[in-house]
Amino acid sequence: MDFALSEEQRMFRDMFRNFAAKEVAPRADEIDHAEMLPKEMLRKAVDQGFLGATIPEDYYGAALDNVSYVLLLENLSAACASLAVTIAAHVSQVAMSVLDFGTDTQKEEWLPAMAGGEAIGAFALSEPDAGSDMLALETRARYEGDEAVLDGVKTWVTNGELAGLFLVFARGPQGVDAYLVPRDTPGLTVGYREPTLGLRSATFNTVYLEGCRVPQSYRLGRPGEGAAVAQRAVDRMAVALGAVGLGLAESSVDVAAQYATERVQFGVPIGQKQAIQNYVANAHAETEALRYLVYRAAWLMDQGEDFSVDASLVKAFGARMARSVTNWMLQVLGGYGFMEDYPMARKYRDARVLGIIGGPTEIHAFRVAQAIFAAKDLQIAP
Amino acid sequence: MDFTFSPEHQALRRLVREFAETEVAPLAAEIDRKHQVPHETLRKLGEIGLLGVCFPQEYGGMGAGETGYCILMEELGRICTSTATCVGAHIGIGAMAIHLDGNPDQKRKYLTPLARGEKIAAFGLTESNAGSDAANIRTRAVREGDSWILDGGKVFITNGGFADIVTVMAVTDPALGARGGVTAFIVETNWPGFKVAREEDKMGIRGTSTAELVFEELRVPHENVLGKVGEGFVTFMKSLDMGRLTLGAACLGGAQAALEAAIYWARTRKQFGVELAHKQSVQWAIANIATEIEALRSLVYRVAWMVDTGQTGQEFSQLAAMCKMYGSEVASRAIDLALQIHGGLGITRDYPIERAFRDARIAEIFEGTNEVQRIVIASNIFREYGVRIRP
Repeated sequence: MDFALSEEQRMFRDMFRNFAAKEVAPRADEIDHAEMLPKEMLRKAVDQGFLGATIPEDYYGAALDNVSYVLLLENLSAACASLAVTIAAHVSQVAMSVLDFGTDTQKEEWLPAMAGGEAIGAFALSEPDAGSDMLALETRARYEGDEAVLDGVKTWVTNGELAGLFLVFARGPQGVDAYLVPRDTPGLTVGYREPTLGLRSATFNTVYLEGCRVPQSYRLGRPGEGAAVAQRAVDRMAVALGAVGLGLAESSVDVAAQYATERVQFGVPIGQKQAIQNYVANAHAETEALRYLVYRAAWLMDQGEDFSVDASLVKAFGARMARSVTNWMLQVLGGYGFMEDYPMARKYRDARVLGIIGGPTEIHAFRVAQAIFAAKDLQIAP
Repeated sequence: MDFTFSPEHQALRRLVREFAETEVAPLAAEIDRKHQVPHETLRKLGEIGLLGVCFPQEYGGMGAGETGYCILMEELGRICTSTATCVGAHIGIGAMAIHLDGNPDQKRKYLTPLARGEKIAAFGLTESNAGSDAANIRTRAVREGDSWILDGGKVFITNGGFADIVTVMAVTDPALGARGGVTAFIVETNWPGFKVAREEDKMGIRGTSTAELVFEELRVPHENVLGKVGEGFVTFMKSLDMGRLTLGAACLGGAQAALEAAIYWARTRKQFGVELAHKQSVQWAIANIATEIEALRSLVYRVAWMVDTGQTGQEFSQLAAMCKMYGSEVASRAIDLALQIHGGLGITRDYPIERAFRDARIAEIFEGTNEVQRIVIASNIFREYGVRIRP
């Protein structure tokens, strides 16, 4: 066992923390009100190499290991969870899918552009009647000669507003296929943007595919391999969202603990009150438990081990802890916690959204239970 | 024992429900977006007598008692938390202080137009350094002949931005502190020296006005002292007890609405080929919250019955704190569950549950944080055993 970050990881962490504190945190409330990430902030993130986080150097990425990558998301999220989720969807859901399942041509075509921020990735899996249930996908891929024709409606497409490249899942003749669809492809239309409770500067859109033709060479993986592509992407994103929850939780504890040292009621800073001490202590315990689940899942990824169940564990636990910690830390701030000109209300709204996006808590809890029972030879259905 | 509502109270519930469903529900989303409960809604509520629901008929009220008032708050809370909060601040704490401790002249002059909704009230207690520690207020009132001169300010005052009348607590004798040194005043907001300094930008109940008030050499005639000089704290604490009970009632309505929404979507949304209602984790969650809501309902109406039968001693104060604390927490839990059952729909501003999620959170904080409620409950419990605890 070794719980220490390497020297390089520590250096990265400090760099991410500085960037988040200097460049992001001062503008986080303004970004939330505007409900859009400023272009120059994304530009700065690109300059730092964040959009090519785990993309290998061969493709002009930053070649971060996964532990460093979750440190990036954690620290960005501590300042602005919307920015962290935008990068997470781009890297974990789309870029890494291209790296894991793409042909050399696909990788050369897309990964440098993604690392350089010229193409932001969007993940198009959910449908009006198919969220967690991949068998219920209704979007179709019809093969016509060298082309596939896509028809259907995708909802909750993360980064829909910004993206240059959509990773689209559709039912083909041999099962679920995955396609890399550039934004300007005729037949692809980016529609309604969800006005979300939290993560207001991340974008979630409905995307319409109407006779959308792409060459078969745009398919990611073999025919029918799309379900595996999607599952891997969901797993990677689950770890990433755990890191986002961790950033929200730890920054909330920091904000609330600071407030409790300054706010005087009944003649003493409220940090002197046992109830407040308990809130802060419990929140810190939950945050640290989440921290090591997130880091461990990232470490498993770096070891090349199967991390699928751990990913679900991180996602289910992370969303719950981020919800619980932000809730209690908001309470420490009292009335000020409810005001939008303090960061707690935003963190509380952001954290609640984590219980839904990337697969709701229930589906991830199911996958954990499934693994536990499978070890005892009991197969369970969702 | 009799757990049924009287025919009059049943009729009142039908009246409020119809009003809430036809006049308020269609506007609820807009009230949140535009940050205002329409004055028209308040005027109509006044016209049909609801803003005086619990006040005596001789002062323009309906005389339906605390039970009637809880019915009003429950039914409004079911439809629109902003409207319920605005009405609660008006009746339950603003006008209530005048009802409880005003003299007949003050009631004629102020309570009557408030009960009819011709004027709107707010309750001015909280200051930036006196939240949970309400006794720590700094707003000062100095006697000058037949008047008092008020200097200072209040924060987080519900209805503060547009109220006509504010009941204000100010220090009249700094040496005596909360017990004997604090006095309640009836202030008209068009008097010189009264200023609305800012409106807060809140996460929820965005249809309500939450204002910072500033008093600069605000001259209040002595006849507007509410209750006795030096006994303001008692007046305000009695009003807060009433407010806590009825806030519990509003939370009951919010929780009930969330439960109904959760049931609707559990019957409607399918995952893996079946409606969510067939999933055991959904069934358990619904069973748990339905039980909590029934417990809350019994608590709220039992305490309302106590008020209506004159049982407003020490035990009432403790039970009112329980209504507020438990009510706000049950509402939060019910709404969180309902949101989760909505799935993606639950986190978009297109569905009422998203608004409910933002609205509900303040109930665990305002009118005394739930920490203060626990202090009230615990000190009452320990007092019975001769143990005096400090906050």
